[in-house]
Amino acid sequence: MKIELFIPLLLAMTLAPLLPGIINRTKAVFAGRRGQPLLQTYFDLWKLLHKNAVYSRTTTWIFRAGPMLGLAGIIIALTLVPFASFPAIVAFPADFFFLACLLGLMRFVTVLAALDTGSSFEGMGASREIFFSALVEPALLVSLVTLARQAKNLSLSIIFPAVSGAHWLDAGPVLALVFIALMIVLLAENARIPVDDPNTHLELTMIHEVMVLDHGGPDFAFILYGSALKLWLFAALIVEMILPPLNSLWLNLIFSIGGMFLLALTVGVIESVMARLRLLLVPQLLVGAGALAAMAFLLGLR
Amino acid sequence: MIFALVLLPALAGLLAFALPKPALRRGVLIGTAIIHAALTAICWKFSPAPTLNEWLALDAAGLLFLSITSGLFLLASIYAAGYLSQEANRKFTDIEEGLLFDNAPEAVFIGCLLLFLSAMTLVTVSQHFGLLWVAIEGTTLASAPLIYFHRHHRSLEATWKYLLICSVGIALALLANFFLGVAAVNSSGENFPIVLPALLVHAHDLQTPWLKAACILFFVGYGTKMGLAPLHTWLPDAHSEAPSVISALLSGAVLNCAFLGLLRVQQIFVGAGMEQFTRDIWIALGVASLVISAIFIIGQTDYKRLLAYSSVENMGILALGIGLGAAGAFGALLHAINHSLVKAMLFLLAGNILARYQTKNISNVRGLLNATPVTGALWLAGFLAITGTPPFGPFLSKFTILKAALDLGHGYVVIATIFLATLGIIFVGMATAFLGMAQGEPEKVTIATNDSKWQIAPPLVLGAMVLWLGINVPEPLANLLKQIASTLGGAQ
Amino acid sequence: MIFTKLILVLLVLTNLKLLGSSRVGSSIRVVAAQGIALGLLPVLGHAHELSIRFGLLAAGTIAIKGIVFPWFLFRAVREAEVTREIEPYVGYVASLISGVAILAVSFWMCMRLPMPASLASSWLAPIAIFSIFAGLFLIISRKRALSQVLGFLVLENGVYTFGVGLAPQSSLLVEAGVLLDVFVAVFVMGITMFHINREFDHINTEQMSQLKD
Repeated sequence: MKIELFIPLLLAMTLAPLLPGIINRTKAVFAGRRGQPLLQTYFDLWKLLHKNAVYSRTTTWIFRAGPMLGLAGIIIALTLVPFASFPAIVAFPADFFFLACLLGLMRFVTVLAALDTGSSFEGMGASREIFFSALVEPALLVSLVTLARQAKNLSLSIIFPAVSGAHWLDAGPVLALVFIALMIVLLAENARIPVDDPNTHLELTMIHEVMVLDHGGPDFAFILYGSALKLWLFAALIVEMILPPLNSLWLNLIFSIGGMFLLALTVGVIESVMARLRLLLVPQLLVGAGALAAMAFLLGLR
Repeated sequence: MIFALVLLPALAGLLAFALPKPALRRGVLIGTAIIHAALTAICWKFSPAPTLNEWLALDAAGLLFLSITSGLFLLASIYAAGYLSQEANRKFTDIEEGLLFDNAPEAVFIGCLLLFLSAMTLVTVSQHFGLLWVAIEGTTLASAPLIYFHRHHRSLEATWKYLLICSVGIALALLANFFLGVAAVNSSGENFPIVLPALLVHAHDLQTPWLKAACILFFVGYGTKMGLAPLHTWLPDAHSEAPSVISALLSGAVLNCAFLGLLRVQQIFVGAGMEQFTRDIWIALGVASLVISAIFIIGQTDYKRLLAYSSVENMGILALGIGLGAAGAFGALLHAINHSLVKAMLFLLAGNILARYQTKNISNVRGLLNATPVTGALWLAGFLAITGTPPFGPFLSKFTILKAALDLGHGYVVIATIFLATLGIIFVGMATAFLGMAQGEPEKVTIATNDSKWQIAPPLVLGAMVLWLGINVPEPLANLLKQIASTLGGAQ
Repeated sequence: MIFTKLILVLLVLTNLKLLGSSRVGSSIRVVAAQGIALGLLPVLGHAHELSIRFGLLAAGTIAIKGIVFPWFLFRAVREAEVTREIEPYVGYVASLISGVAILAVSFWMCMRLPMPASLASSWLAPIAIFSIFAGLFLIISRKRALSQVLGFLVLENGVYTFGVGLAPQSSLLVEAGVLLDVFVAVFVMGITMFHINREFDHINTEQMSQLKD
């Protein structure tokens, strides 16, 4: 195993907390504010890691294991994703299915930890999270299957170089549909507007945030860091799908990272110009994403 | 000549929209009907030349259905003139719910009626399937305002159902046209226009899967319009809510137009030697129509709906006849004429009864024979004719179809048995209704006006013709029917 | 080639939008957009053999489906003074999922038919059939008369798509006749709708269930 394969993972682990910063800064600019510093997430993580965790007497080891397992899951998931012209550290046929499973695991432990508190608020958040992710997961899987079908291969490391760039000329409509579907999946999975509002503090409307209310200190740092990594992972999937591979390794790397930041900017713009959807309309949007993915799959068959 | 047949009623219809005086409009209606009928009669003697790249031509089948349409329209327009002079410019009380309602303007009624004739004529002379489609959709659109003549919400409901169900059905038939266009390749693999003669010439080169798909869609599309069960749901509503003269035309002429559309499809399949495929569909739809109409005729309380379901039944008989090969097809064509005449007569009589008794409920009509002897007697005669009692025409045609089924042997005996059984059930169901209406003492509340000549003469003529067809099918007609049947049944 | 594909994708997207949308006004606009896209289909699809026939056809289609129908239907909505669809027989999310299922079925069906060489794109036939089914679905599952008319238009658009792509030998006369028929159909339906509104005080066909056995 070549050591340079770890470069994308290292990049992800160092740069991921920058993405929420870019999104927040974009939103602040749109709102005419100066906003938080770009590196705010790093400061938050630093602060949280130096605090002690407080555990309620009603919770068990499940509550404590949740954040760690979740972080572990997302880091393993990152080893499956190729970045720039680096193939993934771990690659095998149908690894995208494993990727979906790891994301599912992350969600599972978070939900379990939330339920372990016995709080009705967190239970409500967990129920919404599960309901929405049940709708998002088909969209994600069908999108990846469509890409696999386009690339005629089952491994992410081969799929992504094959579908990006020139392939858009042949199968533009199909890839565009997958792109839109993945974009909605990204917004939904990372609790962004229009599915969820990360800034809200009304427990009745929150989805993701409400589940982690009882976590504190290093545990909460793990959760924050894990969600930043998750955003990085989805952004990487989308950027890899679009950016054509260039000859130069380093140029490629720079373009890819630039693409990630641009995507974060785009998410910021989307969040600024849209309002959060009514809770009843969210399933419609998510099913719509699934419908787009399914449509892309069917069109890709011909 | 063909252009004249199609354009004359269309122009007259547009004229009727513009004319100011009711008497003048009615004159235009009857005058056009007479000229149209005369032109049709001339076509029997001198066959008109095909025009427009042979897209318009009058072949044997077209001539038959054109004659039925034209003849019925003439009688119906005479009846309509009398009907309109009674109905003109009055406020009406709804007979079922006591609401006040008025009628559509007479200009719209007569204009649409004439456009309707033009569309039906175009159906009979179209050799191009696309044009045929345009014409059949035209009949739907021209007749929708006619169904909504009485402006109350039941007729509105009927109109909406009619428009939507038939339009959707017919849109599927348009898809079938495109499928047929794809199927239409000659031996060197080139596409050609979907005109009937060309299709028959290249019948063996047509692409089978597309042809079969087109066929199924044609059956769904035109079958809806023809009122074959289970696609008949619009029919009882439209027939019961439309003015009786329109019901007569819908039953007697429009259903036939759709039937003709399906016969064209059958002609292609016979030409391609694949008639076994369509025959099964014809028989299945025919039996379904017979059984379903029999179920709804038993215990029916509304006599116009009863007649409507009887139309479904008779369309089933036509379909069954075509499904039984050349001999059955002969019977079916004869039955198409008979059914048109009888059903038009019955609907016109139903209009008379409705005007006198002000109810569509069977149990509220008593003593027809005493109250209006002529209408009552004709009503009974119509009942005997439609149920296939000798000496009327339908007996002969139904018997021919039955014989065709029995001649085919084995499996067809079951079909013949179902046919006979449903006819028996329908006879009982209709007898209860009709005999009850004809006999007994009329109640005093009936409006005591005598039926005018306008309202008696057309059904009387129709009845006489049915009786005549039952006693003796004239030689030219029999030859024409044989000629058409041979293109529909293939080699026996 | 790529234009044809884009228009076809647009067609599917608009149909899915109609299946999942509750707003009458935006539905009318979506159908209008669909009409205009379809009008462009023959022009862009047969760009190498552009003829007067295609030009006239495109102009007629765009004028009628893109301008006259929306104007007419918006008028009907204004007369009725209601803009929200009443809860349909099949919910919007369920409709959307059904739409995808219908799309799958259409693709499956078209794999079983031999496609002619004259086909503009291999997506054309399945997407045309999808539109037809989607239109039927809208007619069956919606209660309001206006939505049913929109469903009929979608169905008709599907048939038209098939016609443009698959039947090159069709003639101007027949196409003009078809267009005329559709125009009159919507016109008559619109007038009927107006009467339904006057008679029942709304354009909800659910109440029209008096005629039955």
